[in-house]
Amino acid sequence: MADKVNNRSVFFNPFAKDNPVVVQVLGICSVLAVTAKLEPAMVMGLSVTVVLAFSNVIISLIRKTIPVNIRIIVQLVVVAGLVVIVNETLKAFAYDVSKQLSVFIGLIITNCILMGRLEAFAMANKPWPSFLDGVGNGIGYTIVLAITGFVRELLGSGTLWGFQVVPQSWYDAGYVNNGLMILPPMALIVVACIIWAQRHFNPDMQEK
Amino acid sequence: MNKQSSIYTIVYIVVLAGVVGAVLAMTSMGLRSRQQANIDADKMRQILSAIRIVPENGMIAQDFDKYVTRQIVVNEKGDSIGNDAFGIDMATESKVAAAERRLPLYVCDVDGARKYVVPVYGAGLWGPIWGYVALDSDGSTIYGAYFAHEGETPGLGAEIEKPAFSDQFRGKELWKHGEFYPVNVLKKGTKPTAGEDYVDAVSGGTITSKGVAAMLDSGLTPYKAYLQSLTAK
Repeated sequence: MADKVNNRSVFFNPFAKDNPVVVQVLGICSVLAVTAKLEPAMVMGLSVTVVLAFSNVIISLIRKTIPVNIRIIVQLVVVAGLVVIVNETLKAFAYDVSKQLSVFIGLIITNCILMGRLEAFAMANKPWPSFLDGVGNGIGYTIVLAITGFVRELLGSGTLWGFQVVPQSWYDAGYVNNGLMILPPMALIVVACIIWAQRHFNPDMQEK
Repeated sequence: MNKQSSIYTIVYIVVLAGVVGAVLAMTSMGLRSRQQANIDADKMRQILSAIRIVPENGMIAQDFDKYVTRQIVVNEKGDSIGNDAFGIDMATESKVAAAERRLPLYVCDVDGARKYVVPVYGAGLWGPIWGYVALDSDGSTIYGAYFAHEGETPGLGAEIEKPAFSDQFRGKELWKHGEFYPVNVLKKGTKPTAGEDYVDAVSGGTITSKGVAAMLDSGLTPYKAYLQSLTAK
């Protein structure tokens, strides 16, 4: 099986056709939590990509030695270790962002995408394809986070990346930020709209 | 070798835990000094922000030394018991009974005027909230305030960290008719019962706002004796 894996499709499929969030519907929890603003959403996406890529490689390297009955525990230990390292690194080099993300970095451990990829891919494939798979899925996740964060921050706060983009004259003319956008349920609705648009333009993906 | 045997499994998990533990310990040790520097700089920035000073990048420590002229630690009776205010961890100190609490105080000099910065610490909806309240030399008028939180809801409770909320505190009085009333935080349209000064709560952030009111109450009241000595001067 390992030889038949096509590196190209392993890397690019998760962007759209096999996107972890909008097709496999994994990792929805963190999409709700961190997409009220664009910047934390992007840092979260980057952190997940790093943790996913390296945990995939590590698990792939030791996949033949792992006793089957404790494989989930082994995966969790590796993921948890990497998450702590990412969290500590952010605290040392990007303190402001780590303050914004606070508990959500720690919660990467419970992100379903990680366990999903480790179980489904890294346990059965060589390190290099596993690395590509991790990076690909991480980027696929980040894309959805970025779109959701963009829409929610623009409509909910009138800013992008913290900068005011809706001009003051609009507010003077009666424009009001949509407060509903900053609440978690709107993340689900935005993600649902992305899924809708994607299925609309790819009829072959529609379930019968 | 049988990879499914109990011995192999136990040895495997022990070795794995040891390796991961060692890597984490190394990371933590390697980054600690940098993290502590960030945490200290952030704390200095928050204190400066209460006296309305926004330091430029990389100037936090210099500005802190420039504006904060003296640090003192007082007790509930108002007596000075030390001078390492910065080293006091408010999270642990706020759990101590008020009578035994060490109360840090930063004496600042802003363009010739003396200000006193009092740190406060309390609980919001999801986690801790904290802040710094700067008082004029009369020990009553609030010169500025800064609030922060760990994980309040973005757009709702988290709004307490915005200037729109904290700027409301400017000019409020802690002493009213000879009585000590920490500033209250009330829902828009309601009036305080005892005639104390108050600010508007954050809409949609009721529990966080109540947390701020409770924090000011429990955080400022122990300073009563010390502040009274300032008022009397």
